[in-house]
Order: sequence, then structure tokens, then C-alpha cells
Amino acid sequence: MSKLTRRTVLRGMVGGAAVNVALPLLNCMLNTNGTALADGKPMPIRFGTWGWGLGMNQSIFVPKKYGEDFDLPEEIAALAPIKKHINLITNTQAFRDNYQNLCHYTGWVIARTGSAPKDTKDIPGETIDVTIANQIGGGTRFKSLTATATGDVRNTYSYENSNTPNAPEWSPLQFYTRLFGPDFPDPNAKTFTPDPRIMVRRSVLSGVMDQTKSLMQTVPADDRARLDQYFSGLRHLEQQFQQRLEKPEPIEACVRPGEITVDPAMGQEAEAIAIRHKMMTELLVMALACDQTRVFNMAYTNANSSTIKPGYEKPHHTTTHEEPVDMKLGYQPTASWFTRRAMEGWAHFVDAFTKVKEGNGTLLDNVFIMATTDHGYARVHSLDHIPIFTAGRCGGAVRTGLHIDGKGTTGCRVGYTALKLMGVDKPSWGVNSNNTSQEVGEILVSRLS
Amino acid sequence: MKSCIRAFSTVALTSLLLAGCAGKDEPENPGTPPRVRVITTQQYLNTVANVFGSSVSMDMKFPPLRRTDGLLANGAALAGVTAGKIETFQRAASSIAAQVVAPERRNYLIPCTPADEKKSDAECAKQFFSQTGRLLHRRKLTDEELSKYVTAANTAADKLNDFYAGVELTLEAMLISPEVLFIVETSDEKPDKHGGRPLDAYSLASRLSFFLWDAGPDDMVLTAAEKGELDSERGLKKVVDAMLASPRLEDGMRAFFDDMLGFDDFDALSKDPTVYPFFTGATAADAREQTMRTIVDHLIHKQEDYRELYTTRETFMSPALAPLYQIPASRGWTEYTFPEDSPRQGLLTQVSFVALRSHPGRSSPTLRGRALRERILCQVVPPPPPNVDFGKLENPDAHYKTQRERVAVHLEDPACAGCHKITDPMGLALESFDGAGRFRTQENGATIDTTGELDGVQFTDVVGLGKALHDNPALPSCLVDRLYSYGSGGAAKPSDRPLLKYYTAEFEKAGYKLPEVLRTITLSEAFRTVTEAKKVNASEAREPTEEIVIEEQLPTTTTVDTAAPANETQTVAMTSSHDKN
Repeated sequence: MSKLTRRTVLRGMVGGAAVNVALPLLNCMLNTNGTALADGKPMPIRFGTWGWGLGMNQSIFVPKKYGEDFDLPEEIAALAPIKKHINLITNTQAFRDNYQNLCHYTGWVIARTGSAPKDTKDIPGETIDVTIANQIGGGTRFKSLTATATGDVRNTYSYENSNTPNAPEWSPLQFYTRLFGPDFPDPNAKTFTPDPRIMVRRSVLSGVMDQTKSLMQTVPADDRARLDQYFSGLRHLEQQFQQRLEKPEPIEACVRPGEITVDPAMGQEAEAIAIRHKMMTELLVMALACDQTRVFNMAYTNANSSTIKPGYEKPHHTTTHEEPVDMKLGYQPTASWFTRRAMEGWAHFVDAFTKVKEGNGTLLDNVFIMATTDHGYARVHSLDHIPIFTAGRCGGAVRTGLHIDGKGTTGCRVGYTALKLMGVDKPSWGVNSNNTSQEVGEILVSRLS
Repeated sequence: MKSCIRAFSTVALTSLLLAGCAGKDEPENPGTPPRVRVITTQQYLNTVANVFGSSVSMDMKFPPLRRTDGLLANGAALAGVTAGKIETFQRAASSIAAQVVAPERRNYLIPCTPADEKKSDAECAKQFFSQTGRLLHRRKLTDEELSKYVTAANTAADKLNDFYAGVELTLEAMLISPEVLFIVETSDEKPDKHGGRPLDAYSLASRLSFFLWDAGPDDMVLTAAEKGELDSERGLKKVVDAMLASPRLEDGMRAFFDDMLGFDDFDALSKDPTVYPFFTGATAADAREQTMRTIVDHLIHKQEDYRELYTTRETFMSPALAPLYQIPASRGWTEYTFPEDSPRQGLLTQVSFVALRSHPGRSSPTLRGRALRERILCQVVPPPPPNVDFGKLENPDAHYKTQRERVAVHLEDPACAGCHKITDPMGLALESFDGAGRFRTQENGATIDTTGELDGVQFTDVVGLGKALHDNPALPSCLVDRLYSYGSGGAAKPSDRPLLKYYTAEFEKAGYKLPEVLRTITLSEAFRTVTEAKKVNASEAREPTEEIVIEEQLPTTTTVDTAAPANETQTVAMTSSHDKN
């Protein structure tokens, strides 16, 4: 399938006229197990990522059994309610090749870009969510949504390039306002009246776009690329205005959530993070149900996690390095406590998608989520034995409930699988040792038929 | 040495006029690349406040810049603008425009009244957009630009039957225009034989204004640019003097020091409530403000020696901070001077430094030492190697009572010692303060030993550390480096060393007074000169960092990373947010 860029999709908007937005036909949509919307259109397929910091303790995280009937060791015991909805791929590697192992950086950057960073300022290419958003995110109100549960606006795993992070929503209150505030186009509203002010906005915006084009002629090439990116953002804004002038199709699953009027307490305590994570997740899930976006990122914590366990003097990251290994248990108990909280977060995140009915199933049936971390064993900054999760059935294209041995191959196979599922036509993904053209075939329904 | 003759050799009249403006000892320097910077949240806020007054508010934050070579400001010339960021800009613009035309404000924020509020009024719209557009664009609008804005406002007004709605929605668009959001530097002239070109007057006005005021130029500065005053020595000096005397200098220097000291970390600061239950969000906010007040008072109001910031006992106190400092609380912010024998002497002993550079539940000599090295002395501490063996730290039989005992373990391992030797000796002197910034003499029942050393100078306590820092030559040179980078929009290059040395020498001659070094930098030829419009990529634009070389050879067998070669050594200085103790 040839690549249909967002620019291609949006080009029809330039004249200001309303046009139907063409979306690429995804591999997922072709699956006969997929259900359809009331009007006969296939369910939209969404892609998302979830990130947690500081890996795991292998002896109590990695199931002993592989395949469907895998066990849940104590560090992932919280995953029991969602076990059937996820896949766990263990024993993957991130190959740094000739670059240094940049602690708490190299691992997740490889998982998300397919390429090893040369230093801690380097993001060697857009992250996978950006690639996929360029493929499937052009027709919705938001090209993608990014959120963090840490309350820190600097914590994101999504980058357009080294200098352009997609800043996360960090405040539930602000996130609510952005999604469901006065500008929310409620698809189930009984009446719809186009706002003439929006028409004016759209019209005036074209002048800003002309200014941008003129300015682009006067600046050096690198800055021109930045202005071009800004111009693309203006086009997306124009598209948002256009969408607000058209009556949205009703979506049964879409229910405007209860208003958030105040932010929860900020802070890095695990409990505070859990509360924010829950609030952000609920907003994100409903944004997806309302088809406000089809690409999303959630950072449970940053890679260098500074989560606090009240009463314990060190934050998560320091704990992984300095806590003694309990000789009886065979692992670092407090470090594991933090990982268990992360797994509870992951379980909650996935479960939230099952609460939204969509067609004959749930929202989770039409989603593919990839969850990554920065290291295998964070105590020693290992780049092997890195676990990766997936969740959701991607419209019936993906099997779930499996534990798969990555056999020391690159974790980029999961990313490559995601790209293929989302219709990104690439013969391979990744650079040097992380390059792969091999999907995680075990999870693909098509490989069984 | 820079020769005035060089200026005469150039054709440009402005160069000729400005030739004598820079100090006679200023070395040759081609200037910086012309930059295209994205406006920051605070710059946008300050500019909007300057244009529309303080009654117009904006409760919104733009995404942060990426810290580059020690400063967030350096990231502005590299940062891209995503679709999400434009959305944020648009929401801010919408809020501001609505406030400007609100019935309670339109009478004083719009300089005219339309003949009929339900119709367009080209003349009134022209007046408004001519004035406002000039301030927001940081230059006079061309006739064509003004005409387009007026036409857009008229069309909108006629469509909506509301003059003010037309102004509002057109202003909203202006507020997200690239000319407003991007600070674009240009030059009208051809390069001289050294490749330098003088910034055009509007670009220089913006560079001066964002540097000194953290906001766009006001009417005074723009008028000076329009009249050609910035092209003459006398005119430029007059404008710089006026800007240095303006209350807005406080805004500018607050923004600079907040950036230099890495106070954006306060936005994510969190203390363990079970260990430090008294340390709240209000405490953190006041700790940040206390340091800003101390800096502004010391450097701008009193115009004291910059180095004495690290030894001064004078500060300001708030009710939220008083308990941490173990002194009686007064109402609101009050001036406060610590007693002569107090260990609270200088910025390093303020809660902002010792609490911010600590862990949530305990102090950290390494974080503090590293912050001192990197933030205040502009040195780079290499990150820990990934293959380090933490086995000794993890020994459950070792009962380390104090941090000194703990970090001593690092020094036994060559892999750790290299970096910890350059952070811990000064960090340990700050052990007089716990992780929340409270003074203490004991830790776990053991008396705290606060002796230490900074670049060969020994001391016995934190007061001695402050004095050693005061006398450290890297202290003023670091400030100069950061100021120049901040003001010119990007990290200094290795070839800028002579220029930085010149600025530092002038700083010394002026008694290390901040306004004087600001004057030296802004009046220098280098500050107002740009090279040809060739982009320097981030890796080339490194500051002339004073690298601290690790002499020890790292071990070759501690790796557990199977992907890593076993004989890797690490001697490269890099920045990273990675610390352990």
C-alpha cells in the first residue's frame, strides 16, 4: 500500500471548501472479524503507546510458560484481569551498535524510533507514534494526543525530531478542557448549528498561512523546515475549524465525561501518579471513543522514574541502583514495589478500554497498544531481556493472551508489527542491528490462516 | 584587537556609525548566526502585558523548550512547532483577543470608537492594527500587511454584524502569526571581509529587548529603531541605558537566572511527605521566589558584586519559608539578614539550592556538587558509566550513617571516583542542610563533617565553600558565557573564547556589577553582528565548556550489558539528567 500522508489528506482543505477526508485503508480493517459502525463504515482502528520506567526484575516478572497459558509471576500478578487482552514479549534486545549505552535513554529511544541515539539530546528520527499519526491521524480533531501521569510537562516519549517533542498533557483539568471543554463537537448533540465565528476564523487563518509561506522564503533551510512544520500545524488547525462547521456523525459510545474542575494534588508519590494516571486514562479513552483522535501516547512515568514510595528515602530510579538485593527473595523488594505499581497502572489502562462498548465488542478490540520501557534490568542498565507488551486486537487482526520469547532479537519487531498493522508500508524498520523486516508473527491472525 | 579602521572599510553606513561603540579592546568576532527563535511562554506573556496591560491575563503554558548547552533559551532557536503547540497558541490567542475587545476593556485598549458597532469601520480598525501590529510584530507593518489585517477585520465585522468581533478574530489570527511567534533576525547588508553583517535595526531592537526584558521591544525602543538611533553609538548607548534603567530589567533578569539555575526543575519538585511533611508546594514556590528576590535586590537594586551573591547574608523571608529557616515568621515577604555566625550565607545555602538538588527523602552531595559545577561554573560533569557495579553500595552489612561515608564508597571504585571527585567534595560541605533545606549538625546520630575542597581551595564548612566559590575565576566567566548565549540566542562557539574573555575582563573592571556586563555585551559589536545565514547545527554549537577530564581508566570487566563491548572506556564529557546520590 502506498503511503498516504497527512499532507495528502489535507490538501483538499486548502481552498477552504469542505471535502470528505480520505483515510487510508488499514490492514486491520480488512479483517473479517472486524465489526462495523451503524452506517456501514468500518470501526476506526487506533494506535497507542504506553511507557513505564526502569524495566523489571526478571526472576519475578518473566513468566515461566510461553504461549497462551502463561503464568503471572508476582511482579506482574496485577495483570490477571487483562491477561487475555495483552501479549507479553520478553527477551528482546535494544542494540546500541557503536554508540554508548545512554542510561535510561538508549533503550526506549530504540523501541520508539528503531535507531540508537548518539547522545542524550538525540532523537534519531520521529517516534513511531508520529509516523503512524501521519498515516491515520489526519482526519480527526487531534492528530494525536499525548499525556503523562507524572505531572511533569517534560515527560514525553513522543518526538517529531530531537528538538520537537510532542509535549504531554500533564494536568487533568487542562486535558479535560482541551478535549471536552466548550469546543468539544459532541457527535450526539441533538442540534447542530455552524458557528459563523468559526467560519471567520477559518477565513482569517488563510492570511496567516500566506504570511508563513512568505516568511519561509527568507530564512535558511533548517529554519524553513521548522516553518514548514508550523505551516502543517496551521493546516491542521484549519481542518479543526472545518470539522466544527460540519455536523459530526453520531457515535453511540461517546459520552462527555463529568467535568473536571480542579486538578488532583501534584507530587511524585505513587498514589498521586496512580490518581492522575486514572484521570488521564479515562479522558483519553473517551476521546478515542468520540473519535477525537486515533493515535495516543501515555507516559505512566518517565524512563528515569522519580516516583516516590512514602517513607522510603529514595525515588524509584535511585532505588533500582542502590537498594540491596534481598538474598532470601533474590530481588530488590522496593524496586519491585515500584514496578508492581507500574503494572497496576498498565492493567488499569488496558482495562479502561474494555469499559467502552463499540459495535459488538469493546474499544479495545479496535486498538493496538504498544507498551515499552527503557531497560531490562534497570539496576545494571541492561539493554537485553527488555519486556514489551501489546494490548488490543486491532479490529481482529491481532491475537492476544500470549507470552512470546523474543529470543534476543530486536524489540523493534514489535514496532515494525505495529507499523504494518497501521498500514505504514515499509519493507523494514530500524537502523543497523535494530533493523528488522520480521513481524511478531505469533500475534498476527493472518499468520494463522 | 578590533580596529576601527575595519569599520571604515565596510561600505555600510551603520557599521561606520557604530565603529566606535564597542570597547576598544573587543576582539574580532564575526557574531552569531542570524537566528529564528520561537517565543517562550514568558516572553509572550510579558509582551502581551506590555501591549495590552496587566488586566489581560493568560492562564496557559506553552510546551517547554529543550535545555540545550545549559540553557532552555538556547533551545528556542532549534525548537519546532507541532500541531499540538499551535493549538495551544491558538487557545491563548483566542483568550487574549476576547479579553481585549471585552466591553469593560475596549474603551481603553482600542484607540477609537466605531461609528456603528454593528458595522465595519476601516479607519478605526486601521488605527488599532497599526498600533498593536507594530508592537506584536516588533516592527512597523508594511502598508500591504496593514491593509490585509484591516480587510480581514472589515470582512469579519460585516459577516458577524459586529465591529468588535471583527477586531477580535483578526487579532486572534495576528497573535498566532509567524511574525509574532517566531523572532526572526535579519540583516540588510552584505557581509564584511570577516563574514559579519550588522543586524538590521528591528532585529537588534528585538535582540536587546528579549535579552534585557524578556519581552518584545516597546514603543521607545521601536521608535529608536525607526529613527535610526540604534545605528549610532550615541543612540544605541542611550537606548541600552534606558533599558537597563527600566523596571522591566527585573523581568529579564528573573527569566535569565531562572533559566541559568535550572529552576524549571521546581515545576516537578516533590518531597516525600512522610519525611518532610512541612515541605509543600507553597514552600517550593517561595523558595524559588526567595532566590529571585535576592538576585534582583543584590544585582539590580543595590548593584553589588555578582560574586557576593554566594556569600551574602541578606535575603527575603516569607511565612512559608520561616519554619524551614527556623526563624519567626512575619507577614508577607520581608527583608531578612542572617546573623554573622549563621551558616546561611549565599545562594548555595538557600532552600532553593539545597532542596532542589536533593532526593525526595534525603540530601544529595552529588546532585548538589553537580549543580554547582554545571549551573554555576558552566562545567560539565560526565554521567555515570552504564556498566558501573553498584555492589558495594548495595552491601546490606554496611551501615553508613552519613552521606560522607556513603559517597566515600564511590571513591574506592575508579569507575565512580572520576566523577564523584569533582562533585562530592563541595557537595559534602552542604550536608549541613537536609533534603528539604533545614540546617542540621548531625545525621543518624553522627556529627556531620562539612570539610571540603573546591578546585584546590580547602574549607571546613559551607561558609568556606561560599568564599571559595566567590574567589573561583570560573564563577564570573560562567555568568558571562551564559549571558552572551542567552542574549544572542545560542551557545557560544569555541571561537568565541576571546570575546568571552574580553567580556569577563570588562566585568572585572566594573566590579562584577551585572548592569555593567549587560552594557558591555549589548554595546559590543559582536552582539549586534550576524554571520551569513548559514545554520549551525546543534552539535557544532557547543559552548566552550570547561571539561573536567577523568584521569582514571575505567574498569574493563564490569559490564553486564551483553550488547556492549567489554573493553569500553568512557571519557567523554556529556550532559545528562542522571545522578545517583
